[in-house]
Order: sequence, then C-alpha cells, then structure tokens
Amino acid sequence: MGDGRLEIDHISKRYGDVVALQNTTFDVRAGELFGFVGSNGAGKTTTMRITLGVLAADAGEVRWDGERITLDTRRHIGYMPEERGLYPKMKVGEQLVYLARMHGLSAQDAKRSMAEWTERLGVAHRQGDDVQNLSLGNQQRVQLAAALVHNPSILVLDEPFSGLDPIAVDVMSKVLLDKAAEGIPVVFSSHQLELVERLCHRVGIIRNGEMVTIGEVDELRSSGAAELVVVAPNAADGWASGLAGVTVREQEGSRTVLELGDGADDQAVLHAALATGPVTEFSRRRPSLTELYREVVTQETEEDAA
Amino acid sequence: MTNTDVRLGSWEAVGLVASREVKTKMRSKAFIITTVATLVLLVGFALVMKLVGGGSDATVGVTTQTGALAEPVKATASRIGVSVDVKTVDEKAGRSQVADGSLDALVVSDGTDGKLRVVVKKDLDGNLRDALNVLAGQVALNVSIADLGGDPAQVQAAVAKASVDVEPLEKPYPYQSGQLVLGIVAGILIYMSLLLNGQMVAQGVVEEKSSRVVELLLSTIRPWQLMAGKVLGIGFVGLVQMVVIGGVGIVAALGLDVLSISTSAAVGTVVWLVVWYLLGFVMYSLVFAALGALVSRQEDVGGVITPALMFVIVGYVIGISVLPSDPDNTLAEVLSVIPVFAPTLMPMRLAMGGVPVWEAVVSVGLVLALIPALVWLSGRIYANAVMRSGARVKLKDALRPA
Repeated sequence: MGDGRLEIDHISKRYGDVVALQNTTFDVRAGELFGFVGSNGAGKTTTMRITLGVLAADAGEVRWDGERITLDTRRHIGYMPEERGLYPKMKVGEQLVYLARMHGLSAQDAKRSMAEWTERLGVAHRQGDDVQNLSLGNQQRVQLAAALVHNPSILVLDEPFSGLDPIAVDVMSKVLLDKAAEGIPVVFSSHQLELVERLCHRVGIIRNGEMVTIGEVDELRSSGAAELVVVAPNAADGWASGLAGVTVREQEGSRTVLELGDGADDQAVLHAALATGPVTEFSRRRPSLTELYREVVTQETEEDAA
Repeated sequence: MTNTDVRLGSWEAVGLVASREVKTKMRSKAFIITTVATLVLLVGFALVMKLVGGGSDATVGVTTQTGALAEPVKATASRIGVSVDVKTVDEKAGRSQVADGSLDALVVSDGTDGKLRVVVKKDLDGNLRDALNVLAGQVALNVSIADLGGDPAQVQAAVAKASVDVEPLEKPYPYQSGQLVLGIVAGILIYMSLLLNGQMVAQGVVEEKSSRVVELLLSTIRPWQLMAGKVLGIGFVGLVQMVVIGGVGIVAALGLDVLSISTSAAVGTVVWLVVWYLLGFVMYSLVFAALGALVSRQEDVGGVITPALMFVIVGYVIGISVLPSDPDNTLAEVLSVIPVFAPTLMPMRLAMGGVPVWEAVVSVGLVLALIPALVWLSGRIYANAVMRSGARVKLKDALRPA
C-alpha cells in the first residue's frame, strides 16, 4: 500500500472460445515508463481496456496503490484508446474541458488545465475549431491532451505513437518522460520497438494473452546471448570455427559476427583474431529489443508447429 | 503525485452529459430551423384561420319583394348550424352576382302564390337547401295560418318554444370544433417532437459509438449515466421547444380569436401536452437509445429503430385519421390507454375533451409503471452493446453480458 504501483494481477479474459488473456500479470511502478509490446491480437488492448474498466475481466484484478481499482480511482487514469475517439463536431477547447470535468475537475480547473495542455502540445490556436477540421496529427495531439487534461496519476496509452510525424513523436516522448519523472506509472503499447527500447525502463512482451518476458530493457538485452563483432581484414574464412563455445553467425568480407556460448572466453577470440593479422574492430554487442522480440515470436511459431 | 479527490457523483455525471447535449443541440442549425419553421407555420395557420374563418358559410341575396325573409333566413339557417350572410339586392343585380359567384343563392318570389324560388349558379349546397326548405315550409305554414284566421307570429313563437326534453342514458360530451382543432394540432406537435427528438437520441448514441469517444467516456462514467444524461439532455431541449411552440401557438390562437375555447382549456391542453411529451419521450427514447447502441454506423440507425418508431406512427395515424371526425371512437379510446400508443393518442383526446378521469389516470399510471422496466432493459442492452463496434449486435446477444 502506498507505493503508487499499478498492478495487473492474473487477469483472464475469453471471448467465447477465444482466450484473449490468460493470467496476465505485471506491474508498472510509480515513476516508471513501461513498454507493452506484442503482436497484433496478443492481448495488449484487452489488458488496457480491462484496466480502464471498459471491459470486465473474467478473473483477476487490477490494483493501484495496493487497492483494487474502482470507478472513482479510475478517474485518476489518463487513457488514450487504440481507436482514437473524440466528438468530431465539438470544439477542441470545449471538448477537453468536458472530458476534464468528466474526470471530476471543477469548471475552473478544467479550463485552466485545457489551456495549459493545448499550449504545451502546440494546439492552443485550434481551441475554437471542431475536431473534425483538424489535421490527423493535430487530432492526435488533442487526443493526448484528452488523456492528460485531468492531471492523471496513472497513464495508460494504447499505441500513442502510431501515425505521428517525427516531431510529434518527440513531443509525445518528452511528455511521457516528464510524466514518469513526476512519479506516476506510465504504460504504453507500441510496435515501434526502437522507441520502446529508447524510452522505457522496463518492457513486457505479451504473446497469445500471456506475458512471456518482463524486465528492464538492459537486463533483457544482456540475458540474450552475447555477440562479438570482429573485423580482421586478413583473416581467412573459418578462422574462428575451431574456437570453444563460439558459433559463427555471419561472415561478410572481413566482418564476422560470433555468438558466445556460456563460459566462452572473448579474450581467446581476440587472440585468435590477432593471430590472423591486424584487427580493426572488436566489439561486444547485445541484442536489440527487436531481436529479442523476434526470438519470442519465433519461439511462438516453433511451439505452434510442434 | 497528484492524488486529489476526484469524486464525481452519479447525478453530477448525468448532469454533465445532459448539459453537453443541451448546449450542442440548442446551438445546432437543425434545432433552430425546425423550431422557427414550426412557429412560423403555427402562427401562419392561425392567421389563415382568422382570414378564412370569421366569415359566414354562405351569402344569400334577397330582393325587395322577399326582403322580409332576411331575418328568417338567418334564423332558420343558424338553427341547423349554418351561418348565413344576407344581402338585399334588386333581382337583376342579384342574378348577375349569383352568376359571378359573389352570392351563393338569391331568393326571389314567384309572384303568384308566394312560393319561393331560389336562383343558384349550378346547384344549391345541401345545408343551405335544407335551411331554405325549412323556410319555405314556414312560409307556407304562415300563409295557411293567416288563411285560417290565425296569427302566424303567435304560432311561430309557440313553435319556437316547443322542443323535446332529451334524457340521455349516457351523457355525451359536447365536442367543440375549436377543441377538435386543438387536438389535431396537439397530435401533430407531439408526433413530430417524439419522432425528431427520439431519433436524435439514437443518432447521438451512434455518433459516440462510431467516433469511438464512447470508450473514453466509459472509462470515467458508467453506461447508464451516459445514457440517462443523453436522454435527459435531449428531452429537455425537446421540452423547451414544445413549451415555446405550444405557448406561442396558444397565445396566437387566443390573441387572434380563432379558437373559440376557454383559456383554461387551452392552458390545460398545453399542460397535458407537456406531460405526455415527457412520458412519451422518456419511454421511446430509452428504447431508441438501446436500439441505437446495437449499430455502429449512422446509416444503420434508421433500420434498427424503425420497429419501435412504428408504434409512434401507428398511434398518430389512427389518431389523426379517426379522432377529428369521431372523437368517441372506441378503438382510439382503447389504444389511448395502452402505453405504447398513449403518448400520441391520449394528448389528442385530452385536447378534444371528454376523456373520463379514470382513463387519463390509468394511461399515465401504466406508462409510469413501464418506465422503470424500460430503464432496466434498455440500460442492460445499452451497456452490453455500446462497446461492441463493427457488425450490428443481435438483440439476443445484447441481453447477455459480454
């Protein structure tokens, strides 16, 4: 109690015969940016909808600050649904004030907050326009403003980066980092894995309704097999094949990518490389999130095949 | 971390939704146009009634020879419910006025036996013919009485006084034409209002569904609050519209003196109109909201609400086609107590007058009893269907929770 964590605890959900979520469990700590990744239909949106109470779970519960989330605590959540939604024929300013008031703000506070967020997100000059008359990019900004206008204590954003131009991606990233820095839990889903890798403290990979991997980005990357990149211009093909615990991944001209098995000695590899002549590059590389993600997806297909 | 208390009471949420609806609708062009157009039509209708009415049903000319008949023509005609203007003209001018249509009939004397001859353009209107026939009978009677040495005036006075005493087994209601007109106008108003505002509820529900804003809204308020707010908001707008239109209409009608009814009857009609509008609107719009939630596109709204709309239309059509000529019609009387037809039929009957108190009470009571059931049923369908976008949700599936 009192740690401001958002906990998704053993949530299960079925749609008829289709299992959408199975004991999905993870938590988002206060002040943390949590990346939620998985292929389409893996269960990200369902998880978020259950968190927001828009959908009822078959089992499990969502807690915030140690207590089960209710309609009243839910008003502390800023939510950006995957299917963007605003009244097309309502003015931007009025709409944001309305949504802020729906989250319990007084009329005055709602107005002040609306002015602040439209300013910060660069849509202040469009306050008097109907949403439908805005460009798609500006509609996205207003959508984000709608998630933030009530000064939420939790942020749950479904694909916030999809469809944004590079400048808007920067604005969005900055806002998310700022909100996390304020000490609130922020969770968002995305298919842009480089972005997730760059922004998030921790990530969770969901597959077929089950969380398969959760952890800090660095920790996950180092848990993957270590790779060595060696550039030795004079080395002959197969120079590294005799080394213990080492597998050659790629060989392209003078550049060789090696995978180190458990207990393999990278210094032995360096010696072997130097024995062939000069070594112009020798670096240890850790797999990117994209590669880790592919690995998980590959496992999935292998399991399906088995 | 901001952890301020953000409690939002249920009715506060409903109020917020409702006030958004009110603001949006009151500002919409469609609302302003329909209100103004209805007002113009109503006032125009009253003015036309004023110009057309007030005059008489027919104009009859008498010549100098038949001049003595001027008063008797009026008197006999009015006894059978025909109002007649009488002009004295000379025979030649009278004939040409009949020919050009400014006189409906010209009464001339046949000269010899005092028999009456009526000059008309082509044919004599049935009512006027009856009146003049009665008159001719009296003239013949007067002649005979005078021949027998009696005083025709005395006999006429005695005849005029003599009438039968009617002993009704069931007291009939004396319908007045003014109130019948009022009933028709009330029927049209409530029908239009239910039709337009009811559809507006369904369209509003689908607008939220198709724009997906409903997901954002339902993350902070409950489905029933959203539905109730919408129904109340649009209902309030419709009420304002109804009161303005009804008020202006009554003021225009009474001010121009085109409705020969008492002010209390007029006010009573407006009050009943408002009551029945509210009952009918709440009842139908709950159904429309639930049905609207089943579809995701504006194009599909019409199809899904038509079955419910049929009840409004059937009630209105029966009322408007049967009641003006037959206010006591049994079918209309029975249907007007049944909740689904009551909102269109009952206000028409109430405006026309002659509705037994128990019928008025029972019909209101039945609708009031039905509303809680509809709130429950519609709330359930709405809550289960409103988040399911895509294909039309089957009613059967909507009754089961997701």
